[in-house]
Amino acid sequence: MSWKTELKILAALVAIFLVAYALPLGNPKIQQAIYEAFRLLQWYARNHTLACVVPALFIAGAIITFLSKASVMRYLGPKSNPVAAYSVAAVSGCVLAVCSCSVLPMFAGIYQLGAGLGPASAFLYSGPAINVLAIFLSARVLGLSIGAGRVIGAVTFAVVIGLLMAAIFRKTEKTKIEAALQMPEPEKPPRHISKTALYLGCMVLFLVFSDWFNPGNVIVKTNDGRQFNAVVIHETKDNVRVQLEEDLGSEKTGDKIMLSKDEIAGMQERKTWVLAVYHIRWYLAGLCGMAVVIMAWRWFERDEIREWMLNTWQFTKLLVPLLFGGVFVVGFVSVLLPEKQVANWVGDNSLRSNLVASIIGTFWYFATLTEIPITQALMKLGMHNGPVLALLLAGPALSLPNILVIRKVMGNQKTLVFIILVVVMSTIVGMLFGTFWGQIT
Amino acid sequence: MKKLQILGPGCPKCKMLAELTETAANDLGIEYEIEKVTDISEIMKFGVMMTPALAVDGQVKAVGKVPSPEEIKKMLA
Repeated sequence: MSWKTELKILAALVAIFLVAYALPLGNPKIQQAIYEAFRLLQWYARNHTLACVVPALFIAGAIITFLSKASVMRYLGPKSNPVAAYSVAAVSGCVLAVCSCSVLPMFAGIYQLGAGLGPASAFLYSGPAINVLAIFLSARVLGLSIGAGRVIGAVTFAVVIGLLMAAIFRKTEKTKIEAALQMPEPEKPPRHISKTALYLGCMVLFLVFSDWFNPGNVIVKTNDGRQFNAVVIHETKDNVRVQLEEDLGSEKTGDKIMLSKDEIAGMQERKTWVLAVYHIRWYLAGLCGMAVVIMAWRWFERDEIREWMLNTWQFTKLLVPLLFGGVFVVGFVSVLLPEKQVANWVGDNSLRSNLVASIIGTFWYFATLTEIPITQALMKLGMHNGPVLALLLAGPALSLPNILVIRKVMGNQKTLVFIILVVVMSTIVGMLFGTFWGQIT
Repeated sequence: MKKLQILGPGCPKCKMLAELTETAANDLGIEYEIEKVTDISEIMKFGVMMTPALAVDGQVKAVGKVPSPEEIKKMLA
């Protein structure tokens, strides 16, 4: 029994007590916030848990178990080829950094023992943003374009930031630590790499299909004889909220309007390939799932399967409370946030909005994955797509506690330049994204 | 007296490794002291890029993974 953990438990109990004691339940705003917290939690439970979070946890477990980390680290070692080092550092986050707590030691390792400052900075920028769960959950919850923008932005600009860091500090001496590099011993892969790749590929396809969403493109016919193309955003018992895809009277393309179901004569789904896949998604997912089961049964040892399940369980214990706790808290707080303030600060795609989002993302600490419900709530309050991406890029890469550790590893000067680069780059990417994809939701 | 050092910033896997090592050392009945090295620059001095890692008497025995209890026993023996 250590005093530190016991004190933490005490602090948690006191916090719960204070909330329970003082919460003004009579206040309608608070009642609404409590309702919203449970509503958001239910929405995640119904729409994102079985099709997205659960398969992604299994994939994360499989990546850790079946992919040899030693082979990736070889490209980031002291004698690595520089071109390979930058590209591997920028994408290896999805293999190596499934848990954000391993990012900092690896960053320090790449910097002091391995390929040096540039690749280490690239790894630190992209690593936390591109793990399997973060990619799929942002694409699903925040929209496909933001999910894709996040991955592409993180990887591309990781290389840019790495190269800039290396160029700015090319003259400073290498402060490498003289220590014999301890690499994990190269394990003999028990099967050919193509088998492992096929196995992981089928799992990812399973996730892609099971998570396939209905784009909601419809042709709406109203009772007064009008007919127009629109995207369904939200449907309740009596009303449908749609975003227009063509001008309609005084409303412009991209405007969101509420239609009462009494006005609507009929809604027809527009036939697209996305929709065609949507209708057969469970068959496709089922096929991939069966392939995974058969491969696991034929190719893998019992022990390996057990290790895979164990690793999956470790991630589940680590991430699920964070995610769902985060969703609950965000749902509660989002009602109490003043909508006008949000729209005022980050409601458009101006330089200021993007800069504000980047700076907040740089210093604020987001527990793994909670950046997704947080940005989702902010978007609902009117945050523009550009600043959303800026926040998502700067957010996981840096935080105040993170910065303190990085300072110890590479000193004040380099840390300061890195922070500035992260803020500037995230702002630029956010603005570019907001300009071109700002309207698509 | 063996000196066992667990290298890692305090993530769940490091804690798991610390527990397994302690159990293994007790099972073997050896005299030992256990130390958790959480400071990143200290970890780097061992030449370790991936955590968690286990060092016995200053010698790094396992890097970047949590070995099975049997493997740990071999490392301690």
